[in-house]
Amino acid sequence: MKKKLVGLVSALALLATPSLAADKVKVGFIVTLSGPAGIIGKHMKDGFELGLEHVGGKIGGLETEVIFGDDQRKPDVAKQLVDKMIKRDRVQFVTGVIWSNLMMAIHGPVTRSDTFLISSNAGPSPIAGKRCSENFFSVSWQNDQTPEAMGKYLQDKGIDNVYLMAPNYQAGKDMLAGVRRYYKGKVAGQVFTKLGQQDYSAELSTLRAAGPDAVFVFLPGGMGINFVKQYAQAGLKDSIPLYTAFTADAVTLPAQKDAALGVLGTQTWSPDLANPVNKRFVADFRAKHGYIPSFYAAQAYDTVRFLDAAVAKVGNVSDRDALRAAMRAGDFPNTRGSIKFNNNHFPIQNFYMREVVKQDDGSFTTKIRGIVFPAYGDSYAKDCKMSW
Amino acid sequence: MQALRQPRLLAQLILLLLLAAVPPVMTAIDEPFYTSLFTRIMIFAIAAASLDLILGYGGMVSFGHAAYIGVGAYTVGILSFYGVDNGFIQFPLAVLLSAVFAAVIGAICIRTSGVYFIMITLAFAQMLYFLGISLEEYGGDDGMPVYRSEFGGLLDLYDANHLYYLVFAVLAATLYFGHRLVNSRFGMVVRGMKSNSLRMRAVGYPVYWYRLTAYVISGTMCGVAGALFANWSEFVSPDIMHWVRSGDLIIMVIVGGMGTLFGPVLGATAFLLMEEYLPEILEGTAPGAGEHWHFVFGPILILIVLFAKGGIFGLFGGRERGDD
Amino acid sequence: MDGLLLLEQTFNGLQFGVMLFLMAAGLTLVFGIMDMVNLAHGSLYMVGAYIATTFTQWTGSFVLGILLAVPATALVGIAVEVVVLRTLYDRDHLDQVLATFGLILFFNELVRTVWGPAALFSDIPAFLQGQVEIIPGVPYPAYRLAIIGVGLAVALALYLIVSRTRMGMLIRAGASNREMAGALGVNIKLLFTLVFGLGAAFAGLAGMMTGPITTVEPGMGDPILILAFVVIIIGGIGSVRGAFVAAILVGLVDTIGRAFLPQFFRLFVADSTADAVGPAVASMLIYILMAAVLFFRPQGLFPARTG
Repeated sequence: MKKKLVGLVSALALLATPSLAADKVKVGFIVTLSGPAGIIGKHMKDGFELGLEHVGGKIGGLETEVIFGDDQRKPDVAKQLVDKMIKRDRVQFVTGVIWSNLMMAIHGPVTRSDTFLISSNAGPSPIAGKRCSENFFSVSWQNDQTPEAMGKYLQDKGIDNVYLMAPNYQAGKDMLAGVRRYYKGKVAGQVFTKLGQQDYSAELSTLRAAGPDAVFVFLPGGMGINFVKQYAQAGLKDSIPLYTAFTADAVTLPAQKDAALGVLGTQTWSPDLANPVNKRFVADFRAKHGYIPSFYAAQAYDTVRFLDAAVAKVGNVSDRDALRAAMRAGDFPNTRGSIKFNNNHFPIQNFYMREVVKQDDGSFTTKIRGIVFPAYGDSYAKDCKMSW
Repeated sequence: MQALRQPRLLAQLILLLLLAAVPPVMTAIDEPFYTSLFTRIMIFAIAAASLDLILGYGGMVSFGHAAYIGVGAYTVGILSFYGVDNGFIQFPLAVLLSAVFAAVIGAICIRTSGVYFIMITLAFAQMLYFLGISLEEYGGDDGMPVYRSEFGGLLDLYDANHLYYLVFAVLAATLYFGHRLVNSRFGMVVRGMKSNSLRMRAVGYPVYWYRLTAYVISGTMCGVAGALFANWSEFVSPDIMHWVRSGDLIIMVIVGGMGTLFGPVLGATAFLLMEEYLPEILEGTAPGAGEHWHFVFGPILILIVLFAKGGIFGLFGGRERGDD
Repeated sequence: MDGLLLLEQTFNGLQFGVMLFLMAAGLTLVFGIMDMVNLAHGSLYMVGAYIATTFTQWTGSFVLGILLAVPATALVGIAVEVVVLRTLYDRDHLDQVLATFGLILFFNELVRTVWGPAALFSDIPAFLQGQVEIIPGVPYPAYRLAIIGVGLAVALALYLIVSRTRMGMLIRAGASNREMAGALGVNIKLLFTLVFGLGAAFAGLAGMMTGPITTVEPGMGDPILILAFVVIIIGGIGSVRGAFVAAILVGLVDTIGRAFLPQFFRLFVADSTADAVGPAVASMLIYILMAAVLFFRPQGLFPARTG
């Protein structure tokens, strides 16, 4: 083992070769790949790689190197990864990031280091408001927007007496607050469940007893699979309509199938969005990876196209101010049609109502049923002091 | 200079000197990342060493020690949230609070032993974890950013080297204090209780109070590691108190060699370096293999148990003197 | 709160409890007889769910899938025992913890590599779909009733095995004094292997029955493992009876707590505070229960071994 230690030390020395080439694009991409939570990371990595393929492996026409990092869903591992990417690999862009708490952990260190941080998913409220940074861009959304769209929909449709449910953690609380910002009707009940809960029998019994006219849930990932199945099994799906955010998507649908049929949810993207970039993305993604892409994959893909457009316009990666100006311009080719940026560098984009449908080949996907919010910006932008 | 005749003590001194040399070397070759990496390693080493004080020497397997990292980290975090960035206030308070938590939790846990002790310490750690999640004011599950401590101009922790040497000093102090402790009369009694608590009780030692004192000392040291952790990561969240983190600490102790002071340091180093480089090495053998690193890491743990009794430190030759 | 809801929640708690018992039974036997801490027990739960899902897809029959998967999971368990665990019996608990933790990582990754990282689709068989009115006006999912039935049947079968058969006699002998049983000519090695296989089959069965209502995904056994440990600690290590009582207790406390604590707190404090405190305390409830039990009975409710 002593030898092994020596070996490690020399391995460290070997890894420590300084990088030169200033006009080379270096991008760090951080998602959760290993361990049980790896499925979302896989979707995002697959989407990111397809994006690279579509720009010919060269972001902005320049030589490109991508460093993939696995954060293991631990904030301190994520922080160490960005340390490594910034200090050792000397990337110009850190991208990816699935979870809000990991985003909170790395936002300060990355933006202070004059490296651009591009979120492909997480959008917690502090970094959209007071802590907004000129070195940060989001190509996804601010966390509150999706449930806000759902609240607006419920309000507009005159749906009353809604039962609300989310896990007992920050994102869950933000989601229900988001719904209630626009939904002003009666709340039949509001329940916070345990994070990672598997069995919802107790909650479903209480829900049935409360007798609501509609149910809204935010239960991402495995929790959504559990809940949607158990909701259908309890016979509630046919009697009380289910409205969701981040609960039925291409990651969970293969395991939910019929239980999710007809479930409504808001989202900025859907596989059936009819724009040329999206059509190409979905077709090529299915051909290359063999499954229907999720919004995670689409956002990771858009991240590449976003960088590609900005770097191509500037022609190098050393002029940071020019890069920032190019990124702020928005309207790069993307799967959602049109994206502009707010003063806090979060997107202004459409929010759609999607419904889960069954396709002829037996697979399940979502179809757009209408626009809830056209060109919608988030409500924290006013707290951001940045203007341009 | 008896120390020089003991190869293991010599090895420890050399390793400490190597650690002391990390920042200037890394600055010289312009690779500041490794300074940050080893800062994190040393913080976990402090936590693991403090756990080993009761686990290896006292036979008390705490499966909830990450909770004290959380207490220390949240002390710094919450003070920072209210604008109190003075390290001379933050650190003593972190020490005090982790001691109080350890005293209350320990008072209940010490009544049990063996596997029951493992599980009751886990229970308390889980309670603190869920408490952290429900602290909406402090970010709940998302956690909150923390400004690094200020020491009245004496230290600038935003300078990576300052932070490194602060952590290094605490590690060295921990090891020195631990060494003095386990070889003191108090330490001997606690070690005696590990091998035969009935006999110690018969001889007239108040076993309960000795164990509780050892537990509080250990938890307090772990709390200091937590205060340093908040400074390193500039962030606190309940994740650091998750039961897997407590498990990680136990693994570091066993892999390094329990019942030794330096073993946990080696264990933390090996564990975190493997976590850092195993994926990279595997990725080199086949694209996409990196994310399956648990496939290799799991069996490595099993093999260490089966074939490297005494952990990495055991490979340096024999067990520590006075060890059973 | 009305009585009907309380009754329904009691059923929910019972169903959760018998599931926990299936997990805890094997764990407590292995712990009690072999003095072995086996963290990989949750992996057998996961493996059982995966194998059953696969067999169900192949055969097209849920019952056939389970009938095939139970012995298959037992075989996996026996293989693990023979290859890794057997060498660990003489080691202290810490070595066992570390090695079986390594097994968890290995199995999670194995499942992820073989079946992919995405969750599998697993559905309730047609004949158990729909609801049954347990009492007029309270519909209850038929499948959950079936889980309660299967769980209680297994508990009864285990009770008969332990108290009425020769193997059960050996198990009891092994639990109370391992060395003596060995000295009296009992083939301890074989006994251990069989008990481990039995425990694996139970854990696998729990995973198979839970699969259709939850998610069949890598790592699904990890959260339930901690709960199973809580159960056997409360019940007293090595005691099957204790595991049963504790499993039902934990199931009921957790379910009732989740269902009624937030309302309970609303009686005393503002709604928003209750919304914050209620779920937090509900999450901690079983750990508070465990700490309380150990405070008054440091060896659990039904200590199997004395001294």
